[in-house]
Amino acid sequence: MNVARANTLVLKKLLIFSVVMFGFGFALVPFYEKICEVAGVNNLLQADTLTEPVKVDTSRWLTVELDANTVGLPWQFKPMQSSVRIHPGELIQVMYEVRNTSDREVVGQAIPSYSPQLLARHLKKLECFCFSKQVLKPYEVRQMPVQFMIGPDIPSDVSVMTISYTFFELNNDTADTDIKAKQI
Amino acid sequence: MAAVHDDHGQAHGHDHGHDDHGHHGPPSGFMRWATTTNHKDIGTMYLWFSFAMFLSGGVMALMIRAELFQPGMQLLEPEFFNQLTTMHGLVMVFGAIMPAFVGFANWQVPLMIGAPDMAFARMNNWSFWLLPPAALLLMSSFLVPGGAAAGGWTFYPPLSVQMGMGMDMMIFAVHILGASSIMGSINIITTILNMRAPGMSLMKMPLFVWTWLITAYLLVLVMPVLAGTVTMLLTDRHFGTSFFNAAGGGDPIMFQHIFWFFGHPEVYIMILPAFGIVSEIIPTFARKPLFGYSSMVYATASIAILSCIVWAHHMFTVGMPATAQLFFMYATMLIAIPTGVKVFNWTATMWRGSMTFETPMLFAIGFIFLFTIGGFSGVICAIVPIDVQVQETYYVIAHFHYVLVSGALFSIFGGTYYWLPKWTGHMYDESLGKLHFWMSFFFFNVTFFVQHFLGLAGMPRRVPDYALQFADFNMISSIGAFGFGLSQLIFLFVIIKCIRGGEKAPAKPWEGSTTLEWDLPAPLPYHSWTTPPVVK
Repeated sequence: MNVARANTLVLKKLLIFSVVMFGFGFALVPFYEKICEVAGVNNLLQADTLTEPVKVDTSRWLTVELDANTVGLPWQFKPMQSSVRIHPGELIQVMYEVRNTSDREVVGQAIPSYSPQLLARHLKKLECFCFSKQVLKPYEVRQMPVQFMIGPDIPSDVSVMTISYTFFELNNDTADTDIKAKQI
Repeated sequence: MAAVHDDHGQAHGHDHGHDDHGHHGPPSGFMRWATTTNHKDIGTMYLWFSFAMFLSGGVMALMIRAELFQPGMQLLEPEFFNQLTTMHGLVMVFGAIMPAFVGFANWQVPLMIGAPDMAFARMNNWSFWLLPPAALLLMSSFLVPGGAAAGGWTFYPPLSVQMGMGMDMMIFAVHILGASSIMGSINIITTILNMRAPGMSLMKMPLFVWTWLITAYLLVLVMPVLAGTVTMLLTDRHFGTSFFNAAGGGDPIMFQHIFWFFGHPEVYIMILPAFGIVSEIIPTFARKPLFGYSSMVYATASIAILSCIVWAHHMFTVGMPATAQLFFMYATMLIAIPTGVKVFNWTATMWRGSMTFETPMLFAIGFIFLFTIGGFSGVICAIVPIDVQVQETYYVIAHFHYVLVSGALFSIFGGTYYWLPKWTGHMYDESLGKLHFWMSFFFFNVTFFVQHFLGLAGMPRRVPDYALQFADFNMISSIGAFGFGLSQLIFLFVIIKCIRGGEKAPAKPWEGSTTLEWDLPAPLPYHSWTTPPVVK
């Protein structure tokens, strides 16, 4: 039965191909992270550096609203001031306060989010509590800085923007190293 | 289901006569259908299954349209409305359109290439019988706490990570449906590659066979990726991974990339066999050979290849670099070229042909006309600045219903009428068939054309209520939807009538038909092409 044997051969090839494609779906995960790294998007845990001096554009005012959220961890988290008014190119530091309301030690990681989206391209953060995990002892209160600058090249139709942080609980240390590993 | 099959079994009673002189006859009753390895039986089951799912998904659509008949919350809880929109999409895509085309492939591919059956007849039976459990999982998920999956048929995280057990049932159903599709595709590819009649080279194959060969390759390419995606979702939900969870270092946007890597070829999986069916019907009723056969083959292959590199046009608004937007925009617009070649070829086939307008031809011409409208609105959606405006609005709903309902579904209707005389041995009721076409054509446009206006005016999809200025168009759309839904009962009636009796069909009821299946006697013997024909 030549046809039967030829059929089985095609069947095997296609089955192997299907299994490979199943693996390819998972291979897209590291591939995606590599692309993001090369394209410079999603660099959430790295500080920016200022290589050359930036001229402050005193002719424009920007309103930056500060937002804070928590998901699933017993913390109170808020900015010390709800908004700041700055010039493009001006370096500024704002403070956030976080309070552990439980009697256990909790590890959290903050993930930033910007509105409008294009703010991400013009925002330079020199220092941020979101670059590393935060460990809070029972009932500990901590004040944490964010030092940032908004580039003078931000489009002129944008005058109000929001920087938002959300704290997620990290169950153990490995989750944190996971995030770190993906940034390398 | 069993009742439907038994019903059909009686109609197929005449098959027994043919089998008595053969080596074995099929067992009777339910066991015949449970154990059959005959490609015709399995094709029939696929088609009835898909029709049952079509009606179920249709009822969901009508419930959605009933709620949207007037502004304000009338009939449904918003949570249930979300479940309906989600399940309508899943049921129609995975339960109705895809199995219907596999049913056509089962019936027609062996007949058209002169093969006695599919390559792996037992596996063919398995691929079908995986479908009912999957459908049961989907349907029964409405009854579990929290209800069915409700995050849209694209089940984006974070919603799909947070939802109740209805989502797990959906994930499991997608696994099963994917396995069924992959097995079916492997069967179809092997049959086409290895079991063609002597003399039938690849470039002599009927175009329907060609489109299915390419579709089957697309299926084995992307269905495993979908299986991987839902597996990641499942492990994110229950096993502590963070593929799509920002808190654990994952990325919900990545889900969209992986999903649409499957999802866009999937769109063409649902339309390429439709191209094939239309490419059989048009030459038959224009009584001319298909214009530009080889360009049709190359166009089909080009569409399939391009379909794998355009996925991100579904997600222009997630915030991707402008270069990526431009790449995906131009690649998407490029697909209009091979598609345009096809539309041109169909039109050129009709040019100066001796055309008659039986029901299959009406559906084929309706297909060309309306599918092209859907194609154009697709090109419009591909343009990034416009897409940013119409993203997640009814414009997108109108666009993909023009390609999937008046595209894929109309070709399924046309193909059914075209081959029904061959399958059943009886002519269908021509005037009822035409009534079905004109009702479907009219009410389809009433339902969906106005949705373009709603979308351009900003009405968002997947929301059970809307602002007052959208009221009139929504009422028109709902009336059209109920008209369209009721028109499909004519289709059911015509099919049952045709199975039960009617004018005896000649072996070749359409004088312009040229493909191999018309050389077989009508009604078809239970086993055909046991000695393969020789193609010159």
